[in-house]
Amino acid sequence: MINEPKIVEITDIIDETPTIKTFKFDWNMKSLGKPNPGEFVMIWNFKNEKPMSIAQINDNELAITVKNIGEFTSQLHDLKIGNQIGVRGSYGNGFNNSFEGKKILAIGGGVGMAPINAIVSDLIKKGNKIDVVAAAVTKNELLYATSLEELGANVHHCTDDGSFGFKGFATDCTRNLLQDSTYDYAFVCGPEIMMKGIFDILEEAGISAQYSLERYMKCAIGICGQCCVDSEGWRICVEGPVFENDKINKITEFGKYRRDASGVKY
Amino acid sequence: MLKTNICGVEFRNPLMLAAGIMGSNASSMNWILKSGAGGVVSKSFSLNSHPGYVNPTTVAVEGGIINAIGLSNPGVANFKEELEKIERKNSVVIASIYGATPDEFSSLVCEVQELVDMIELNISCPHAMDGYGASIGQDCNLSHTIVSAAKDASDVPIIAKLTPNVTDITEIAKTCEDAGADCLSLINTLGPGMKINIDVARPVLSNKFGGMSGRSIKPIAISNVYSVYESVDIPLIGVGGIYNWEDVVEFIYAGARAVQIGTAIMDEGVEVFDHINEGLERFMTEKGFSSIDDMVGLAHREL
Repeated sequence: MINEPKIVEITDIIDETPTIKTFKFDWNMKSLGKPNPGEFVMIWNFKNEKPMSIAQINDNELAITVKNIGEFTSQLHDLKIGNQIGVRGSYGNGFNNSFEGKKILAIGGGVGMAPINAIVSDLIKKGNKIDVVAAAVTKNELLYATSLEELGANVHHCTDDGSFGFKGFATDCTRNLLQDSTYDYAFVCGPEIMMKGIFDILEEAGISAQYSLERYMKCAIGICGQCCVDSEGWRICVEGPVFENDKINKITEFGKYRRDASGVKY
Repeated sequence: MLKTNICGVEFRNPLMLAAGIMGSNASSMNWILKSGAGGVVSKSFSLNSHPGYVNPTTVAVEGGIINAIGLSNPGVANFKEELEKIERKNSVVIASIYGATPDEFSSLVCEVQELVDMIELNISCPHAMDGYGASIGQDCNLSHTIVSAAKDASDVPIIAKLTPNVTDITEIAKTCEDAGADCLSLINTLGPGMKINIDVARPVLSNKFGGMSGRSIKPIAISNVYSVYESVDIPLIGVGGIYNWEDVVEFIYAGARAVQIGTAIMDEGVEVFDHINEGLERFMTEKGFSSIDDMVGLAHREL
């Protein structure tokens, strides 16, 4: 883990969907630290700095997958191969990747598929049997649609508009899957409203799971307090971003509100 | 054994959370109190909400961190909702407030004093906008005016938090005492400091300059507490680079009646408070001290 930005060159850019790109860069695991799936890095484009989930952990290479949703991400999308960015991290409490030979359900919504891709890639290597619910609003926005299948995951595509795969939300698709199957464990990342719905379903089905949360972040090293959540005060940057269901139960703001850069709730 | 009294306010132990660290909402402050702190100082807030600076706002350097968060806060109306939710039983709650004018400070005091035990005036932030923070605390006249205004409006003890970034900290300490401050806390972050990334030849912080905190500023904080202890008669709270019980003993021997802990949370976790309390109690027992009172200012004895 490093606490000051390391300057790296972008070695590859993949246009994943019309709004999402993946950026790859070299990362010397020995000198800079090897991240676990679910951890995040702070990306500095010399104008601003934001947290990004690690989407791929390869041999001395990391990748982040970024959706163009605002000024900062739009600036990232303008970058070309060979351009530089600053990276510090990796930070946070990642997913539990110690499972072997289990039946796992992984659910990702939109760009929330990024950390799901990292954990699924890891767990497949460990001999787990994995069903993935890959959800997006429409066919063009489905992320990692083929690469996860190539890895050996059983992918259930799901689109809001029904343009590909299951028609409906990730929650509906998950409910359907649970009619015929059960799972040893689950991993979830996506819009919080989706995760809240999935949480209720998995709790009812008695399936333990881990959820990756997102909050406004400043320091990323556990001191500024910007990302602390009600009611336990946990820091998303240290105690999170990944929480197990017993802890999610205690995050009373989960699915209800969050705070902006000033700390005002919205 | 660990109890300490400051301006009539009883602390169950001499450790509190420093301003600006994890003090943005009631939940995190309650967690700090559960973890062993005798008191919490909130993150500094102002009359209106403020987003602070753009990231990067923090960077780690040798011996600590440099930060320029920029006094982000949701404004007093929102912050009062948080103060109301802090579990005050057996704990001391201190509001840190900032503004630019005497009126802003006295309005803030009036707004929050019923919800807290003490109020700390941030006249020392080294990276605040012009007219705020250290630009007040580096000027004796301005400090006097602001402290007087806050004191006049307040029924609870007023703490003035001092900046080390002055020619003579005792001069500003005496000014604050004259203006009616009940207590002083020192020091705020040192600096400004700066970190330049040599690969891209750019300052890392978006604000370029920030305040330095952490282990490396402790000797400066100790010397400032020692000097100010000899210059004023009001109680002192020590802040700056405290990581363990030995550091706390040093601050108390220099003249502090309590201490505030901030950056150590990054390295030691929230558990730092419990760990320090245990070590401090063991040390006091071994040395035969029955109270913090017996230890305050011991380093000033003539041989």
